[in-house]
Amino acid sequence: MLAEALFFSAVLFTIGVVGVLTRRNAIIVFMCVELMLNAVNLSFVAFSQVYGVAGQVFVFFVMTVAAAEAAVGLAIIIALFRHRQTVNLQNINLLKG
Amino acid sequence: MSDVQPTLPLFYTFNFYVFGIVAIIAAVLFVTRRSPVAAAMWLVTTMFALAALYIMMDAQFIGAIQVLVYAGAIMVVFLFVIMLLNLGQPSDVADARGRGWKLVAAAIGVAMLAQIFALTRAHVQPSIPPGYLARQIEYTGVIAPVAGPLFNEYLLAFEVTSVLLLAAVVGAVVLGRRRTAVEDAADAR
Repeated sequence: MLAEALFFSAVLFTIGVVGVLTRRNAIIVFMCVELMLNAVNLSFVAFSQVYGVAGQVFVFFVMTVAAAEAAVGLAIIIALFRHRQTVNLQNINLLKG
Repeated sequence: MSDVQPTLPLFYTFNFYVFGIVAIIAAVLFVTRRSPVAAAMWLVTTMFALAALYIMMDAQFIGAIQVLVYAGAIMVVFLFVIMLLNLGQPSDVADARGRGWKLVAAAIGVAMLAQIFALTRAHVQPSIPPGYLARQIEYTGVIAPVAGPLFNEYLLAFEVTSVLLLAAVVGAVVLGRRRTAVEDAADAR
């Protein structure tokens, strides 16, 4: 099952990367990052079958970080929306030269 | 690595592929939907399929946590924000970028996929005997194999996690609140 799980993980991670690169909606970009984290979790769990249970403990920590990241990131998006009335990344170019 | 568990029943293998393919199809639909709510729902589908894969790979506790934390908590927060900001309708002119960006993204995606495949082709030397995890779970229950290392070897990381969560809570509250009139007046002065 290891090779198959790593295959699924690689495909999901790549879908997440392509999503980050092609979408403009900040919330969907953010969800793509969550998808990438999930893909990595899948390979952690797959490797835990051959390397011991430490992989599952790492997944636990990754999920905690993902939860913290989602809370802070969505708060940033809300603050951004209050300022600019948009979540379109194309319109958020204050730092552009 | 089909030699890890040589006596897997066909039904198990079939279901493994089914959930993996469901995860990938749902992920593709998630990336291509225009409406953020539809995208979030497809992402939830992906996460449920992943939870099924975790359970099939002897990680029942992680599978349950995946449903509770990811599908249950994180995605609900996402949907809350989508509704709070009233972004539910499919967004304006072009949510996806132009043709050039799409080509660049496709090229990067193909290159990355090839690289990850090349990396995962490497031979893996198992450090635990096949089926060890399953036997451990049978012997001690589902949670004990994860809880043991979590509270012994990784105790420091576990404690640091609480600081991380506290920082995240404080950060979310500070970033998300409205500015008061007093603060506006102080800035204007």
